Amino acid sequence: MAPIRLKRYSILPGFGLTLGYTSLYLSLIVLLPLAALASGVFSMTWAEFTRAAFSARVMASYKVTVLASLAAALINAVFGFIVAWCLVRYRFPGWRVVDAIVDLPFALPTAVSGIVLTALYSPGGWFGAPLAKLGVKVAYTELGIVVALVFIGLPFVVRTVAPAIEDLDPEIEQAAGCLGASRWQTFSKVLLPALMPALTSGFTMAFARALGEYGSVIFIAGNRPMKTEITALLIVTKLEQFDYKAASAIAAVMLAGSFALLLAINYFEWRRGSRHGSTA
Amino acid sequence: MRGGDAAWVRYLLITIALGFLGVMLVAPLAAVFIEAFAKGAGAYWRNVTDPATLSALRLTLTAAAIAAPLNAVFGLAAAWAATRFDFKGRSLLITLIDLPFAVSPVIAGLIYVALLGSRTPLGGWLGGMGIEVIFATPGIVLATLFVTFPFVARELIPLMQEQGSDDEQAAVVLGADGWQTFRLVTLPRIRLALVYGLILANARAIGEFGAVSVVSGHIRGLTNTLPLHVEILYNEYNSVGAFAVASLLALFALATIGAKNALEWRLRRAREGGNGQ
Repeated sequence: MAPIRLKRYSILPGFGLTLGYTSLYLSLIVLLPLAALASGVFSMTWAEFTRAAFSARVMASYKVTVLASLAAALINAVFGFIVAWCLVRYRFPGWRVVDAIVDLPFALPTAVSGIVLTALYSPGGWFGAPLAKLGVKVAYTELGIVVALVFIGLPFVVRTVAPAIEDLDPEIEQAAGCLGASRWQTFSKVLLPALMPALTSGFTMAFARALGEYGSVIFIAGNRPMKTEITALLIVTKLEQFDYKAASAIAAVMLAGSFALLLAINYFEWRRGSRHGSTA
Repeated sequence: MRGGDAAWVRYLLITIALGFLGVMLVAPLAAVFIEAFAKGAGAYWRNVTDPATLSALRLTLTAAAIAAPLNAVFGLAAAWAATRFDFKGRSLLITLIDLPFAVSPVIAGLIYVALLGSRTPLGGWLGGMGIEVIFATPGIVLATLFVTFPFVARELIPLMQEQGSDDEQAAVVLGADGWQTFRLVTLPRIRLALVYGLILANARAIGEFGAVSVVSGHIRGLTNTLPLHVEILYNEYNSVGAFAVASLLALFALATIGAKNALEWRLRRAREGGNGQ
């Protein structure tokens, strides 16, 4: 890498060794395999690529993946905000346990959440049975996908918004109150705008995670082509049919979307300043 | 500051929050254990001690045990380079380290198939020497390395950035060599964050499903990890077996959360104490 000569002088040793090792390891584990995928895609003709990546069945999978991810991220933005608000502003019995359990979706393997959500929401399950009486089917429908994505996305919103609520200056709220604003006006006109960058950031992270999610969704989705088949599953299906080209083409479209979102997240985090900048 | 909201607002919001978390998080966690014991403790024990389960456990722990130290060394090297020196391309490097988090697990598996599958030049060459990577243990280790890649680095980089390098410079001026400086000055101050990153990476390594699923080939007793074994049992309509194995993973997740919180508490105390210990 050329930048080595462009470093500022430092008396500390180890620059060449650590940067060299970092670059080598990064290249071997991350960049080289990604390049292998890209080279496979670039060896396809444009017609081959569009046939593989934009066929009706694949387009249907993009649609259900993006819509379910959006719905889940929105639900998480609302409820995650309320959870974060309660955790920072109120103290109630069991507060510590509630705070800890928010991390469950990070810690619980996705296959486990997948089978247990399916069991809960299938027609005979704890939630599925009463919902079925109301005529609502969750497991093996689009709703099931949303439920799984809400589960895995929740901590992203809570853990991004809570520090921002903690950082709110109490004087701003007091000033708004002194100037005659009602509590609701203070919240909607003063607090919410200040928290918007963090909320947007958490929403985008939850959305990005949902787009690529596989394990927790495939059990509950039913995986019917054109209806409840998510893009990640379609890639696996193509692989199992030894159609490596189609799998790579779909993956390339998905990666392009993910990287665009990564850039967006970095931008939001950069705008929020460097204080919580490490969570991108 | 805590008294800002009216009592009814407070109760309403707490009720909504607890209700939501109860339905979304607590119910699934409880259901794992209830389903696992649906046919009694005997059936549970038989499923947990089944040879296929134990061999899956062995492979899961092997992959995690290889990934953890490699990612720790990488995280330390990356944090040292990125926070102790100022060079062109530094922020690009930090962005690239985070890249694996933006990649769907399924694609994380797919890129290794694209690089090392039996039809690729590299995979064919390795195969010629009798080395199987994809559909074998090395593939599972590689996929695990990829999905856990950023965890340690992203804990260390912000912390070491914040701490600055004054102490290390002082040590070097006083005649310490690089290794002594790292071991005696840097390491004691980042120990907790290092362990924290390792705990998160380890949880992901043990629970990873999509990436490992793509490279494993699902050979029972050979290339099966615990999460993959859950899927196999579930698809065989062995619900009690699937949930018994799932309960092991859930217990591990609870242990992870406990360790994470204990460390967060110590990290916060260390920061408030000011001494960084």
